[in-house]
Amino acid sequence: MRYGETGYNLEIDLATGNIERVETDPKLLETHLGGLGTSVKIHWDRVPPEVKPFDPENLLIFSSGLLNATPAFSANRTVISFVSPQSELLAYPMMGGFWSAELKHAGYDKVIFSNKSPDWVYVWIHDDKVELRDATHLVGKGALETQDLIREELEDPRAQVAAIGPAGENRVFVASIEQSRSSSSRLGGGAVMGDKKIKAVAVRGTKDVHIHDGPAFMELMQEITEYINYRNENPIPDVMTILSGIGSPQEMVHTDEKWHTENFSWGNARERRKGFWTDEIDESWSQSQTDAIQRLISCYNCPQHCGALISHENVPRYMMKCFSKLTYAMAAYVDNLDFGFQIAQKASEYGVDAFSFPQILAYGVELKEAGILTDEDFEGCPEDKEGRFYWLMDRVVHREGKVGNLLADGTYWAGKALGPEAESLAHNNIKKHEQLPIKLGMLDPLYFLMYATNEKISITQIEGNWPQAAFPKMEQRERFVEDWPQLPDESWKEWLLEWELRGEKAIPYYPTPQIAAQIVDWMEMLHNIDDALCLCAGMASFCLKPPYHIHNYPRLVTALTGLELDEKSLQKIVNRSRNLHRAFNNLRGMSRKDENPPKDHWKRRFPELEEELLSTYYEFKGWNHDGIPTKERLHELDLDYVADELIKRGLLKDGED
Amino acid sequence: MAKIKKTIKTIKVDADRCNGCRGCEIICSAYHAEPRYSSINPAKSRIQILTHRLKDIWLPVFAGEYTPSECMGREKYIIDGKEYDECAFCRATCPSRDLFKDPDSGLPLKCDMCEGEDEPQCVKWCLNDVLTYEEREIEVDEEEEAPLEDMEVGLESMADKYGLDKLQDAVARLSQQKKA
Repeated sequence: MRYGETGYNLEIDLATGNIERVETDPKLLETHLGGLGTSVKIHWDRVPPEVKPFDPENLLIFSSGLLNATPAFSANRTVISFVSPQSELLAYPMMGGFWSAELKHAGYDKVIFSNKSPDWVYVWIHDDKVELRDATHLVGKGALETQDLIREELEDPRAQVAAIGPAGENRVFVASIEQSRSSSSRLGGGAVMGDKKIKAVAVRGTKDVHIHDGPAFMELMQEITEYINYRNENPIPDVMTILSGIGSPQEMVHTDEKWHTENFSWGNARERRKGFWTDEIDESWSQSQTDAIQRLISCYNCPQHCGALISHENVPRYMMKCFSKLTYAMAAYVDNLDFGFQIAQKASEYGVDAFSFPQILAYGVELKEAGILTDEDFEGCPEDKEGRFYWLMDRVVHREGKVGNLLADGTYWAGKALGPEAESLAHNNIKKHEQLPIKLGMLDPLYFLMYATNEKISITQIEGNWPQAAFPKMEQRERFVEDWPQLPDESWKEWLLEWELRGEKAIPYYPTPQIAAQIVDWMEMLHNIDDALCLCAGMASFCLKPPYHIHNYPRLVTALTGLELDEKSLQKIVNRSRNLHRAFNNLRGMSRKDENPPKDHWKRRFPELEEELLSTYYEFKGWNHDGIPTKERLHELDLDYVADELIKRGLLKDGED
Repeated sequence: MAKIKKTIKTIKVDADRCNGCRGCEIICSAYHAEPRYSSINPAKSRIQILTHRLKDIWLPVFAGEYTPSECMGREKYIIDGKEYDECAFCRATCPSRDLFKDPDSGLPLKCDMCEGEDEPQCVKWCLNDVLTYEEREIEVDEEEEAPLEDMEVGLESMADKYGLDKLQDAVARLSQQKKA
């Protein structure tokens, strides 16, 4: 019997309609755990570097993780992986919701899609019965609307459905896959799904998922539950509200947006509006939010309230998560939050990434203002800011006209097509992907490394357990470190105690490159564990002092699967998957030259220090000067076959360390 | 007939507090797994959250008595702007729906309030206080029928489905095979 995992994947060849239930190798649990780890292995084995995002050979994998469908709170992520049309690298945007547990109860760990369907289909997985069903009647329907239509058609209110909207159908490079209150947003999974002509994947499962040592698992969950309750009752003092709790940022609960509206940039990540948050705005925005929220909701098996059912006047109901309440209003320079709640409804149905998409629309406005796109290109576009955004959104989602078709590829590719001036306006990308609209003063060594090097390519999802800034007063630092069991080593507390706001022991020179490398490696490792377990990062790697951490993950995995693990061996497994992922992207051309945050991200840059940071981090990771894992590091991780491939393809030289 | 005092165990459901996570279904199925906590399967849970997210419906319902035949209830209720089938509030394991039936055997499931524990596990593990365990005393007739055990409820439903004679034959045949 397999524990924690079902031991089967579903292989669906869309060209022939062949569907197979394939038993997986139990050894993979020991080498890659599950979730992202085992998915990366499949991409490595089966998708050579020549395969382009819209080639039939580009695999689209929907994966559950080890902890899904267990009593572990907040283990509800589905990791969707594919070669991204935007970055042309292996992307893995994750979604919460209810899908992955249902898949495991149907008896599968992953669904692997290959090739393309000749006609629009949706997939219906109901335990052992799996069908490709005609979806022509669903084409053009919204991503949320489609989920309910399919449940009605199947007469199964308990089916969990992941669907794309028109943006995915039209292969918009930032199209999302939507499911319940969540979405897999970043880097265009919806476009690859649309390219394969899959409108939706519906699943219903009624089978057991087995736990190796149930009583031990529940005993650990008892401890973790007590800590969740403790953290919910005791927010961390001395940090901004949004960072004080656990879960994803509680954007639906909190109404005070002074920090975001004044520190994040408006428009196409251009302008910080100091003094924006007046009493009048506070009152009006708080009112908009209170009126819009019908109920605070969560994902599967999670006690938090990171999402909300939105019932706003004039628009149909939808579900909102996190930061999307602000992104459209801020990108459009609209000072009324009602606009944010209204346009987000349409965006959810269209199925687009709420971070990239508003920036793309704002970029379109800039192209017009710069005269790169003309009045003729914008014929029929309303003059007001709100109307202009709706008009642009419709065009981009449907790839309509020159404006729509260009912007549908995102700011990087649109800029490249339009020439150097347009390219310089696409200023907020890393690895061709739009980043958080934040522009700061002083270079931060930790953030520099996270931005530059992480395979997730989205800073919003790789922040972590280390505080975002030094505490001004020693007493605050002491208060923070006195109760910090999540740290890998007690000695790290000194780094926080010594970290100052100004002076020698402040950013950009402190934490030093050596310390920064260790902290970033630790935070990244936590994310990689969550991604293998499909645990919400909001309860683990993403937030300060989370319930799940390096000292309880191994015990949970052991109780669940029977696999004997300690902190070191768990670290080695995720490090192996991390390096495999890195090598996959290296083969696609990614190297040091790409690991460069947007030029204007910080006002004060330090080119020499940045080079030192990168080199120190690479060395710490066991990567060569170009950011490619060395033969030695790959050997330590039992990845000699990867080293052979990198040598064969000329990326590593034999004998070079 | 003489009256005696009896403790009634109930669970108060504050559906307005439910965030729709279905943690109660998970823990219920884990607790009732054999051996305990060895497997998870919300389809076997004796509490189910009836959900229509966009209609703001999250309704926890508990498994109650088995019944061999459908009732006449086909009414619709509109409460606070939300439409519910009459069935939504019903605890019965009944032929009109697949709720509260073991997905493998089709046998009825029934909430036993996690007999032997301080409180039902769904109450304990719901961190949003949707479910509150309450006890109250009532007076009942002394000679009340003992409640049926899980297995007896299952046998009764099989007898209804296949007839008592067939069931007896099957049991006899099985015991012969086991002895052999």
